[in-house]
Amino acid sequence: MNDLGTSVKDPLATRLTLDGPLVLQSGISLSPVTIAYQTYGTLNADKSNTILVCHALTGDQYAAGKHPLTGKDGWWRHLIGPGNVIDTSRYFVISTNVLGGCLGSTGPKETNPETGRPYGLNFPVITIRDMVQAQARLLNQLGIDKVFCVTGGSMGALQTLEWAQRFPDRITAAVPIAGSYRHSAQNIAFDEVGRQAIMADPDWAQGNYLEEGTVPKRGLSVARMAAHITYLSEPALQRKFGRRLQDRDNLTYGFDADFQVESYLRHQGSTFVDRFDANSYLYITRAMDYFDLAEENGGKLANAFKDTPVRFCLISFSSDWLFPTTESRAIVHALNANAAKVSFVEIESDKGHDAFLLDEPEFHETLRGFLDGAARSVDLQDVTAEGAQ
Amino acid sequence: MTEATTTVPTQMQSGIRVDLQLVADQIKPNSRVLDVGCGDGMLLAYLRDQKKVDGRGLELSMARVSGAVREGLAVIQGDLDSDLKHYPEGAFDYAILSQTLQSTRNPKEVLEDLLRLGTYAVVSFPNFGHWRVRLELLLRGQMPSTPTLPESWYDTENIHLCTIKDFLTLVDNMGVTIEAGFALDGHGKKVSYAATGWLANLFSEQALFVLRR
Repeated sequence: MNDLGTSVKDPLATRLTLDGPLVLQSGISLSPVTIAYQTYGTLNADKSNTILVCHALTGDQYAAGKHPLTGKDGWWRHLIGPGNVIDTSRYFVISTNVLGGCLGSTGPKETNPETGRPYGLNFPVITIRDMVQAQARLLNQLGIDKVFCVTGGSMGALQTLEWAQRFPDRITAAVPIAGSYRHSAQNIAFDEVGRQAIMADPDWAQGNYLEEGTVPKRGLSVARMAAHITYLSEPALQRKFGRRLQDRDNLTYGFDADFQVESYLRHQGSTFVDRFDANSYLYITRAMDYFDLAEENGGKLANAFKDTPVRFCLISFSSDWLFPTTESRAIVHALNANAAKVSFVEIESDKGHDAFLLDEPEFHETLRGFLDGAARSVDLQDVTAEGAQ
Repeated sequence: MTEATTTVPTQMQSGIRVDLQLVADQIKPNSRVLDVGCGDGMLLAYLRDQKKVDGRGLELSMARVSGAVREGLAVIQGDLDSDLKHYPEGAFDYAILSQTLQSTRNPKEVLEDLLRLGTYAVVSFPNFGHWRVRLELLLRGQMPSTPTLPESWYDTENIHLCTIKDFLTLVDNMGVTIEAGFALDGHGKKVSYAATGWLANLFSEQALFVLRR
């Protein structure tokens, strides 16, 4: 598909504006809506080999390849590529910047056409469903009706579950990784700490920092630092840093970063502000907080997947305390109640929530096996013969 | 122990274990199957490839689950004592429980669950009425250790062992119909005598029954 293939050649600016407004879950009609995306691989002749990869809270559409801002490889570099688990010589991978994001998709930092100024806090509150509706509309306009697989970790898992609930006949397989069917009180609590840190920064300027010419660096950086702790595990932190001192032999009896772990977190915070928008952080965490598949199905999660034809593979990590295995298991039980086709593995790892981004061979082999099985079940056509048109 | 046991499988030409082959023979093509305690999914893979069965599996061991999922099978990690209740009534044509009944916390409840979620329950188990077992206890005065049941009393997972006769009494009390029954040797191969007779209870090392509500 040449029209889609061009996006690979121009990785900095692949965006598409949706035809017509997007009616949000809140009832607000948003227009225009632009979605930035990246693609990897080639769409096959019958357009049946698409894998939609959904990013996490602070991720973006650069799941593979070089990131234009950071210069680093994409967040799923270990998984996506020719011959890799998500094999781009076989699958057509598409990754979008979520609605509300800050790397090209319509979000609080983009210009409000009504005022000619950045949306800021005038941007409507969005939900995971809104993000998924925007993705679905994008795929419609790209002419992709059927999606072979939707997958993602963390917030990507929430989007994946929303896809499975909302469009069960449009997707063959769903792989929610390190996720949940709803944000727990603890999840909401951590998000709130992050938001309060941002809003407590005077440079946030009531959300108008873009116009004021300031950047709420301190607030966003603290939000990132607190969140980053939740992505790791206690043993992993201990192993990586222990109580080791940073570039010094003795304690300084001050509040400088004496410990390596402090220095590490400060670095995480300060590099984050260069690539992420503070208001986006507010909006996206809010979207995650509002997510509850059970609640919107009369308190019964099983109702979200009534007679679902989708093949599921749930993957959790043993040391993930942000989205613990119990959350995935609850989803498995709800799927069992529908006798759905579901695979479920908890991967033994001490790397915490972030394990879904890391080189975890057992996780990767599990995903590879599941994708192979799902591809066999639908006789997925190879790109090689028909794709070269 | 040098002799083959239920945990050291004998392979047939087709690549599937003898005891599993007999289980597979009970399953009609294109049916829906739940394999409880499915291990690495050998039976499910066979049923999928040979009989176009729509299969699901439940397995306690994460390592085995991982192997099964890599084979592209719909297998989940879980505990049958707590997880069977999540499946809806009549969701499957067959619910298979192979060599696992004796290690469940509540075998009767498990059987009830299998017959609730499956039209047929296919159940196999080691026979504690086998003459060697009887002789071990009688002559040595110690908990029996046989080729089929080699573990010591303190490290065995088999907390609810029964004889074929015990099993038949239970299913009779439950009002369950026996559709088919097979007396088996230590390798899981069929032997000639009737599964419900006294000969089987004394001479067969295992048994396999197809049950229906």
